[in-house]
Amino acid sequence: MNFDFTEKEEAFRAKVKQFIAVNLPAPEQRGKDFEKQWNVKLAEQKWIGFSWPKEHGGGGGSLIEQVILKEEMSQALAPDLGSDLMGLVWVGPALIRYGTEAQKKEFMPDLLNCQSSWCTGYSEPDVGSDLGSLNLRAVRDGDDYVINGSKIWTTKAHVAKNIFLTVRTNPEVESRYRGISVLLMPMNTPGIQVRPIVNIVGDHSFNQVFFTDVRVPVSTRLGAEGEGWKVVMGALANERSGISESTGMERHLDKLKALARNSLKGGKPALEDTEIRRKLARFETRISAMRLNGFRNLTKQIKGAQPGSETSINKLLRGMLEIPMADLAMGLLGNSASGMGEWQYDSFNFHGVVIGGGSPNIQRNIIAERTLGLPKD
Amino acid sequence: MDFGFSEEQEMLRDQVRKFLEDRCSLPQVRAIAASNEGYCRDLWGQLSKLGWLGLTLPEEFGGVGLSWVDLVVILEETGRTLFPSPLLSTTLAATAINEFGTPQQQQHWLPSLANGSCIGTLALLDETDFLSPKAIQMTAKASERGYLLSGEKRFVQDATVADVFIVAFRSGPANDDLGLAIISRHDKGVSVEETEGWDRTKRTGVLKLDTVQIAADAILSETLLGAQAIEVLIDRGALAVSAETIGVCEGILNLTSQYALDRKQFGSPIGRYQGVKHPLAEIYVDIECTKSLVYYAAWALDGEPNEAPAAIAKAKAYASQSVCDAGVSGVQLHGAIGYTDEYDMQLFIKRSKWSRATYGDEDFHYDRVAKFGGL
Repeated sequence: MNFDFTEKEEAFRAKVKQFIAVNLPAPEQRGKDFEKQWNVKLAEQKWIGFSWPKEHGGGGGSLIEQVILKEEMSQALAPDLGSDLMGLVWVGPALIRYGTEAQKKEFMPDLLNCQSSWCTGYSEPDVGSDLGSLNLRAVRDGDDYVINGSKIWTTKAHVAKNIFLTVRTNPEVESRYRGISVLLMPMNTPGIQVRPIVNIVGDHSFNQVFFTDVRVPVSTRLGAEGEGWKVVMGALANERSGISESTGMERHLDKLKALARNSLKGGKPALEDTEIRRKLARFETRISAMRLNGFRNLTKQIKGAQPGSETSINKLLRGMLEIPMADLAMGLLGNSASGMGEWQYDSFNFHGVVIGGGSPNIQRNIIAERTLGLPKD
Repeated sequence: MDFGFSEEQEMLRDQVRKFLEDRCSLPQVRAIAASNEGYCRDLWGQLSKLGWLGLTLPEEFGGVGLSWVDLVVILEETGRTLFPSPLLSTTLAATAINEFGTPQQQQHWLPSLANGSCIGTLALLDETDFLSPKAIQMTAKASERGYLLSGEKRFVQDATVADVFIVAFRSGPANDDLGLAIISRHDKGVSVEETEGWDRTKRTGVLKLDTVQIAADAILSETLLGAQAIEVLIDRGALAVSAETIGVCEGILNLTSQYALDRKQFGSPIGRYQGVKHPLAEIYVDIECTKSLVYYAAWALDGEPNEAPAAIAKAKAYASQSVCDAGVSGVQLHGAIGYTDEYDMQLFIKRSKWSRATYGDEDFHYDRVAKFGGL
């Protein structure tokens, strides 16, 4: 057991720190074009697609270097690495693993140069947590698929150039997971229609997407027909320890502590209130646990274990932090809680992070079934 | 960066687990818990042969010279099977002498603590159970040959079987007017009395001192150590109990998950229902978090002592809350059978109350976390 980094890793951390010091303006000084320019600089460093192998144009970063990079960025309040989150998290790794040469040639350069923008089509109006039951039909017609149906909660569908789409190519196989395929297509393919959905804080971030007789060549399929579930599950081969997420939560807690420092409770400084102090201490402890869980997961990954339901633990912890942290902030605001402001906005908006990718109860199911071996519901 | 156990540590874990499964499974635990002494002399002798008693003591004093991370491995396993023995107490007493004692004191006491011929324990707390150097009120009177001590120490683990006590005392009103004395069970004026408790696998008692003569060479480190030494020992105790607590929670999870698989209601194992599944998942998540916090705290104690107090406060706070919740969920998920004497769940919930309170509950440690966190 040790928490030491090698000289090479320390040198890498120093390089990242130096890069941030030179290139990253403070959050309030970031102009309109900041993110675009920032991404170009990241791409020059090969930090976009940093985890991908060098032969595919990636940065070839080790698991620990990925953690260092993400942690330093998170610490400095930098935006996510690359603006195309869906493309970098899902599409790139899946392309590397399952893409044909033609597909790689078509999509990889844009991903690496920050020119891409992807959305991912998973959930459907009748299919959410039970993703294996997805129903969007793609019927084979000669060298084409003809797609009919709809996807929902599709983030960025209204601005994305391309979609990573899960479809049902075979409704008649025994296991419902076996009839799924993945298709990659431009969003301007005829027959695709996007209907905006306004979220709880009035922002337009997700959509419903309708597919009416959308015709795409079979060559748009990623991986074998009927093997789409494997493509989706195998896509997340990069670092998923959640360490940098806990760094983000630490910054979030700093802000909450600052709010508590400047708040009164019953006419006295809020920090004299034992209950408030203990709540803050609980958050801090849970965030430490999250970070350390991340290091334990990372160690297992380095030693060659496939990530299992460990990632569900930190995902669940995130929910168990976001909800009471927002609650405490609103309590500190007193009557102002009913007004407008950053904390009030957050108290609605965090639900997106907590539900996205599987709600807390779904994570509890995953842990109970996969790790504790309890029967499926 | 390697936040995992070494091959040797995994081997140690296997060895401890196998030993306890073979020699002290729950029926034996019940038998020992029903005995007067509260531990088994035969097993105690074997622990010493296996090197577990002097695990972290230097080899020159009969120890094995290993680290707190190694000790955590053993304590997790003794927690899992609720192994009743003065292992924890003796380890802490030996730690006190090892860290603060003079070479003569170390030479005199450590070999017999490491080979099990002497059982040791800490006696820090006075009338109040408030875990702070300030709360230590037992005041020594200076005498020609050192000090005279009178009064009672409460919450002394394994008091009735201990041969030697590390006793905290006050020499004056200032915060740092504190010292630690080595007092033998056979010293004149020393008596002990068991305190009744629900968890018969953990014994507690009162140490009574009636004008006990403390010679100068029985004061740890010869000069007074001050408040910090007391805090160090409280931290060591909190970490050791936290490590055992991981095992206790795992014991509860294993017992209850198995019951959820076996017990059928409404035509299906109850583990299929989310009302059962979700609390079990929560126990699992709490165990994983406690492990991360405890392992890190143990590592800090070995390698980054400055970080240890805050890390230990977090570990014990989380462990206390988790074991309390797990105990309650464990009984509730079982239903009526969990409320019986014959079923083993009762042993675990009784331990959960002991573990939560001993060396500070979650409120105590979260208050420390708040302080360390700049609040």
